[in-house]
Amino acid sequence: MENGAKAVDVMLLERNKNLIVKIIGDIDQHNAEEIREKVDKTFERSRCRHMIFDFSGVAFMDSSGIGLLIGRYKNVRNRGGTVAIANMNRDLGRIYNISGLKKIIGSFDTLDQAEKQVENRARA
Amino acid sequence: MTYDNEVSISMSARSQNEAFARVAAAAFVAPFDPLLNDLTDIKTAVSEAVTNAIIHGYENKEGIVFITFRSYVNEIFITVTDEGVGIEDLEQAMTPLYTSKPELERSGMGFTVMEAFMDHVEVTSAPGRGTTVEMRKAIARQGLKSDFECLFTGLGGTGER
Repeated sequence: MENGAKAVDVMLLERNKNLIVKIIGDIDQHNAEEIREKVDKTFERSRCRHMIFDFSGVAFMDSSGIGLLIGRYKNVRNRGGTVAIANMNRDLGRIYNISGLKKIIGSFDTLDQAEKQVENRARA
Repeated sequence: MTYDNEVSISMSARSQNEAFARVAAAAFVAPFDPLLNDLTDIKTAVSEAVTNAIIHGYENKEGIVFITFRSYVNEIFITVTDEGVGIEDLEQAMTPLYTSKPELERSGMGFTVMEAFMDHVEVTSAPGRGTTVEMRKAIARQGLKSDFECLFTGLGGTGER
């Protein structure tokens, strides 16, 4: 266990068949490990099919965030679900775009929009 | 080359110091009154280089990461050095999506991000002797941008701010 102040908060909420993951803090390699552990543990135990990341509390993300999202995407796909992002800060747009992530994980202005999109996809 | 300013940091190769490195980068660049985009780009590139030094250079073991920030006029020069294992095949390491540590969920985008966000990136490495990443970026100043806009719109172009 590393010493030092807590650098990231992860809030998890199950709603309908969605696991909503609200991250408050930067997403770098250090924090990504903690986020991954918490999310995977809850997702495994839950009956959720989809995962929505609420990025309203994320001001910074490097390529560790890309790895984190792709990893969760694989887990969710194994359950036949989809992943979406809501409330992404404009500053994160460049890394999201160059990573090619938008081809597999949609980004929406609000949590509400993301939830609707995920439901629609599930029905389709 | 003589620089206008220079700051050096040496830090333990611990992942919790990634945040410190980013904040230091932001603090060094702040007096240039950078556009937010440029600031984010530089913080991201530093985060990538420092993360590489910690998890690849030192393989999450003990070591020291050396960072130097330098400036000349409006150009920022950043060097991130580790004395770790070095890179065997530099070309392969810099290929987008390639990662030597897929088990850590690395996306393989580290060097790609550095190259996309900075004007120039140069990597020198020797197996067993460590790696140095040199990056530079010319930053646009918010103040300069508004002067520039005044000049070319010809409206209220008094030069006053």
